[in-house]
Amino acid sequence: MSAPHALSTAPAAGAGLDLARIRADFPILHQRVHGKPLVYLDNAASVQKPRAVIDAISGCYTGYYANIHRGVHLLSERSTTAYEGAREKVRAFLNAASVQEIIFTRSTTESINLVASSFGGSAVKAGDEIVITGMEHHSNIVPWQLLCERAGATLKVVPFTDAGELILEEYERLLASGRVKLVAVVHLSNALGTINPIKRMIDSAHARGIPVLVDGAQAVAHLPVDVQALDCDFYAFSGHKIYGPSGVGVLYGKRALLDAMPPYQGGGDMIRLVTFEKTDYADLPNKFEAGTPNIAGVIGLGAALDWLTAIGLEAVAAHEHDLLEYATARLSGIPGLTLMGTARDKAALAAFTMQGAHPHDIGTILDREGIAIRAGHHCAQPVMQRYGVPATARASFAVYNSRDEVDALVKALWKVKELFE
Amino acid sequence: MSDLRDLYQEVILDHNKRPRNFRILPQPTHKADGVNPLCGDRISVFLDIGDGVIKDIAFQGAGCAISSASASLMTEALKGKPVEEVDHLFEAFHDVVTTDCDCPKGLGKLSVLAGVRDYPSRVKCATLAWHAVRAALEARKTPVATE
Repeated sequence: MSAPHALSTAPAAGAGLDLARIRADFPILHQRVHGKPLVYLDNAASVQKPRAVIDAISGCYTGYYANIHRGVHLLSERSTTAYEGAREKVRAFLNAASVQEIIFTRSTTESINLVASSFGGSAVKAGDEIVITGMEHHSNIVPWQLLCERAGATLKVVPFTDAGELILEEYERLLASGRVKLVAVVHLSNALGTINPIKRMIDSAHARGIPVLVDGAQAVAHLPVDVQALDCDFYAFSGHKIYGPSGVGVLYGKRALLDAMPPYQGGGDMIRLVTFEKTDYADLPNKFEAGTPNIAGVIGLGAALDWLTAIGLEAVAAHEHDLLEYATARLSGIPGLTLMGTARDKAALAAFTMQGAHPHDIGTILDREGIAIRAGHHCAQPVMQRYGVPATARASFAVYNSRDEVDALVKALWKVKELFE
Repeated sequence: MSDLRDLYQEVILDHNKRPRNFRILPQPTHKADGVNPLCGDRISVFLDIGDGVIKDIAFQGAGCAISSASASLMTEALKGKPVEEVDHLFEAFHDVVTTDCDCPKGLGKLSVLAGVRDYPSRVKCATLAWHAVRAALEARKTPVATE
């Protein structure tokens, strides 16, 4: 087995990856938008769903749907088996030690809020500090701000360079205060594409006994994640960014931490025994899954992980790295276009501005060419402030994208230039 | 490209590149800020009103071509007009950018923004400056948002 980083030298055009077959798995891709073939490059916002996921959700509702964990009847047993089967798929996907460490939530956002509320609420006191970074999505900023407000704690922010790389000396300096109770860091930045050195950051934090939460919303669909090798304490991600449905998210947490944490929400399914005097909580993971969950959504997520695993994340990463290199070279050839985020370790995402053309105008013109991109602040306003821009245009790639689609993007951007020259 | 030219007409491109009345009034009688939270567009409008007439109007800010050109065209349209005409003009303008109506007479150059009606997500760009003016006239303190 070669080391994972050796993949960055993989040859062109997705070696070992049958792009035509992959694209055939996505019914939505084969349509025209404003008379042009759809080129979907808004994958950092949400990715499209393969047939296997659509069929799994539909198969649940048409074949065996019932509520889980409570029925004596066959459908309930089948639904429970499928739901818990998906939990095992997530465990295997992240290489977690136990299924009890896998909590299903609504989203990455809810996963982070769960930790901020439950872990933060009990472990963070007045005068303590939480460390995040300057390139976090709002969902990994606001829950900590709310916690700090409640607890009287302070939020500390690791700055980053013009290229979009965290300044690790500053990170070490912040850790050294002796007051830090938690580090929350994004694995892969949605606004810049930067892949952060989280293993090194986790090791530094652990050397001082500080637990680390990783926001993996953007990372899991693009690079292999092994929570035991990383040794992270919490890892959060969403179904909809990894070819699964929206409305389902995952929180991985180390068992010892989850065991010590109070419940996040109260309700059904998270209890062992309820009397009006006292409630005994259920064991992990049910303690954190109050109420009837998104049953079909979780089953759909399991199907998405099966689909992605069959392709292999190494092959996905190699293909997307090729797209990044190709797109970076071609976009750099457009005069007046400035790429934002040029980290050495970067995922297939190009955020940019163009002289004379506002990102929203770029977005509208590209849409008329059938090309879907994102224009705006990408729920990362501090990143926009860091670069002094109100917004950027962002093309973000997934495994089903091709070099031809990069060409279509570049051709349309020349039209933008022509119009605004 | 032809349908895009319906949206990005020459007049709009011109006003985007060289916005009119793009300055600060040092002592305005009325002032307000407008933001498009999702876009990050920001605008400040300044009015100098005397005897019920808009004697001077100017704006500052950063936004897309549609919001900048609309703000610029609006300042041209409102300068010298009685304050009571603002609501009427805004309603006529709003109809033009949201419905398939025949362009009401009296809108003048503002009607070049009619192409926006085919781009529902951009209506808020075209109306941002107008919302800010109405907020200024109502002396609202918090920035007006179009979301």
